[in-house]
Amino acid sequence: MANDFVRQLSLPGASRAPAVRLDAVLCISILAAIVLGLVVHYRDPVTFHGQLVRMVLGFAILVVVARIEPRRYLPWAPTIYGAALALLLVVLLFGAAAKGSQRWIDLPGLPRFQPSELMKVALPLMLAWYFHDRRIPLRFRDFLVALAIAAVPVLLVVRQPDLGTGVLVAASGLAVIFLAGASWRWLFGSLALGVAATPVLWMSLRDYQQERIRTLFNPETDPLGAGWSIIQSTTAIGSGGLLGKGYRESTQSRLDFLPESSTDFIIAVIGEEWGFVGILFLLFLYLVILARGLHLATLAPDRFGRLLAGGLMLTFFAHVFVNIAMVCGLVPVVGVPLPLVSYGGTSALSILIGCGIVMSIHTHRAGRR
Amino acid sequence: MEDHEIETRGFVARAIFIFLAAAVLMLGLLARFVDLQILKHGDFSTRADENRIQVQPIAPDRGLIYDRRGVLLADNRPIRTLAVVAERVASLDTAIGELASLVDISDDEIAEFRRRIEQSRRPYEPVALKMNLTDEEVARIRVNGHRWAGIEVVEENLRYYPLGSLMVHAVGSVRRIDEDDLETLDAVRYSGTKFIGRFGVEQFYERSLHGEVGYRHVEIDVRGRVLRKLEELGEEPAVAGQNLTLHLDSRLQTAAYAALGERRGAIVALHPRSGGILALVSNPGYDPNPFITGIPQEEYRLLAGSPNTPLFNRATRGTYAPGSTFKPIVALAGLTAGVTDWERTIIDNGEFRLPGQRRVYRDWSWTPTNSGGQGIVDLRKAIFRSSNVYFYQLGTRVGIDSLGEFASQFGFGAATALDVDAADGVLPTRVWKKGDRGEDWYLGDTVNMSIGQGHLLVTPLQLATSAMVIANRGRWVQPRLLLSSDAGLSGFDAPSPPQPVRGPTEQDWEMLVDAMEDVVHRGNQGFRENGTAWFYIGQDIGYRMAGKSGSAQVVEIRQGEEYDEEALDERQRKHAWFIAFAPADDPRIAVSVLVENGGGGSSVAAPVAKEVIDAYLLPQYARL
Repeated sequence: MANDFVRQLSLPGASRAPAVRLDAVLCISILAAIVLGLVVHYRDPVTFHGQLVRMVLGFAILVVVARIEPRRYLPWAPTIYGAALALLLVVLLFGAAAKGSQRWIDLPGLPRFQPSELMKVALPLMLAWYFHDRRIPLRFRDFLVALAIAAVPVLLVVRQPDLGTGVLVAASGLAVIFLAGASWRWLFGSLALGVAATPVLWMSLRDYQQERIRTLFNPETDPLGAGWSIIQSTTAIGSGGLLGKGYRESTQSRLDFLPESSTDFIIAVIGEEWGFVGILFLLFLYLVILARGLHLATLAPDRFGRLLAGGLMLTFFAHVFVNIAMVCGLVPVVGVPLPLVSYGGTSALSILIGCGIVMSIHTHRAGRR
Repeated sequence: MEDHEIETRGFVARAIFIFLAAAVLMLGLLARFVDLQILKHGDFSTRADENRIQVQPIAPDRGLIYDRRGVLLADNRPIRTLAVVAERVASLDTAIGELASLVDISDDEIAEFRRRIEQSRRPYEPVALKMNLTDEEVARIRVNGHRWAGIEVVEENLRYYPLGSLMVHAVGSVRRIDEDDLETLDAVRYSGTKFIGRFGVEQFYERSLHGEVGYRHVEIDVRGRVLRKLEELGEEPAVAGQNLTLHLDSRLQTAAYAALGERRGAIVALHPRSGGILALVSNPGYDPNPFITGIPQEEYRLLAGSPNTPLFNRATRGTYAPGSTFKPIVALAGLTAGVTDWERTIIDNGEFRLPGQRRVYRDWSWTPTNSGGQGIVDLRKAIFRSSNVYFYQLGTRVGIDSLGEFASQFGFGAATALDVDAADGVLPTRVWKKGDRGEDWYLGDTVNMSIGQGHLLVTPLQLATSAMVIANRGRWVQPRLLLSSDAGLSGFDAPSPPQPVRGPTEQDWEMLVDAMEDVVHRGNQGFRENGTAWFYIGQDIGYRMAGKSGSAQVVEIRQGEEYDEEALDERQRKHAWFIAFAPADDPRIAVSVLVENGGGGSSVAAPVAKEVIDAYLLPQYARL
């Protein structure tokens, strides 16, 4: 193809196949977001070192994943999906409880692990696999099967209960289905069905999930309870103003008014310390990552690669959006970290693996020709 | 190949669509940030500051109280208290349990803590759980306690009375501010204050002792812990309360306390020229310090329920019949009314009858085998022998109206001390009896009152005051505790002293003092010729003392005592009184002594009075 924007970074001494196959624009944007996060974490040495180690490891995995040809794991897609499903079942039955729900698998000798995070990669992979040899245009039956493939893990995750991750897993599935060319009519039809089913869904939510949604619309009703996080995060962001209070001057987080200030609510710290300008920069960075990722997806050589890359990028964006909207009080507080910035292991890993896959899809195009 | 192209174009279109949708969502988020950070920035800034900045009152140091020699009577002592902010603690039980594993907390302390928690108090005020923490306990809490919200080690200045029970009824004491106080106190002035003067000088001079509250801005974290002062926001230092110096002489107070020993009673010693209260003893007393750090319920019940009423200030609030100590007043009233003089004599055969009545009023010397009586008695002998018959006659001649009016000039029936919350006592009149008892005044009432019995009730402070007025030959000065203060006392205007006692001539005063000297010094004169107190105190005395004894009958048996026969018997005994001043011709001290159910005034109360005056006047006691 003529317009190849990919710059392949070649290490000196590498011969035919480059040792490192990375996309420079995507890499630089990702690293910028990571560094931004590390700068915020620097105030707490323990968090900082933990995050530094995780990010170095995560980036190393990204580099490795980027080297693997997508065709290699195409046949593995159903297996990976099946394994992720199995793990979700295990976690439901035997998982370790944390903060009122079972999300973790605790294996001796291994770091704590959330199978739902694995599903964020496994589901797009499975759907891309499912669509890769379907006849175009898709039949309605194909659409229904794809919906079912997405629905099973979503329901399992919601049962944990983890509404936030459930929404994100659903988003990653729907993105692939949408990109695969599902007819607008089917999409709108299922959307209408979904809206009609809202009351049923509401009834099926746990009390605390309902409470979170109610609190969202009126945080002042319970200022010391469920509304606390939203009040404190909007206060932190709003008090930052245009230019912010300055680095490490966030009183809301320093004095512990802001809960989860290094994990889910970290953007409130950025908003307080660096103001609107800092937020603008970060949002721009995320938009660049999305744009570049989608662009790389369009350049992918085959349908599997395209769908997988597109699906992963949208999952990434869904994370960003849900987290920020939650911290600003636009959507209910669900436990979703801010990709690349929030402190935490599993989630960062799935994001970086996704980015690695996107890069590999693109950079292995040349090899395939 | 064509299919592939179409498919690719379709994918690109959807990718672009998705990107645009994402961009719109991002713009939506940006709009929210504009709203929060630019449009509502001011509101949120204020809110963030309200979160973290607290105006903290600085409690002023309470003024210190000294005695006339500079001995510290009321001090402020820094202590550390383990306190809990109930509003910030998830579960009180859990918190108490965890704290109890760190420091030793008694059941009493927990019960007391729960009682204070239940009381209405200022929101977010730390409530003391354990006071007087040791260094080791503080360290243990600081190391382990940081992870609990609402647990604090508060450093505060606590009132401390170095002399404990010795001075408690003279100086008074403070108590923790309770819910009733909060309704009446100035919320700003007292915003940092935890204790308020509840008794005595501490209460009377509360305004001056308290000082002015200051404030500072502090930064607090979400647990309400103060992290640092925000000096840039301004600070107003507290102004310490004024230090007070009292007329009290702790050396004399100690001697007076020792003179009473284990006996229930009261002693008031006055400086006749200034009216200064040199000693004010009510025995038994109690140590006020545990009340400040939190007294265990059981200990409090013992104090409050004791039949010896240690919490009650007998010297200022206790009212008793004065008995014969009232006779000098009756004598002066008779002289003033012109119904007797110093020459007039009567024959005292030990009995007195009102005309037309069968009831016999007897002399104190009456026994079943001897009607008693003091023989030929003039006014002087009537005083040094304490002849009842003479005063029965004299009182009825003066009449209740004149007697009452005259006696009121000595401060009976009213609280005359400037800065002491004292009882009025009862100086009965016809109107009073009609109002109080619904009965007319009978002549018999006057007979009883003539020897200080009947309806007349006085406090030890009032009797000391009357002794002082006699010592001053009628010149008046109100008793007072305050000698001086750091600065002018706000809101305190001393009233002008009352008029001197009108009626007695200069000679009357001197003759009266002579007669009272005879009470102490007239001895070796034969049967019924000696002063009543001479045998007990007059034989070895280094100065001229004027005095008068009294043995007041305990007429009424109060309820609740009839069950305990042993105690009943003891409590039926007479109250022993003695009033005195010395040196007689240049008085430097005037004293009243009460020994409850002590028996004879001369035998029991007079030696106590002598010990007190000795301690004040004699050089060998100056070292004490």
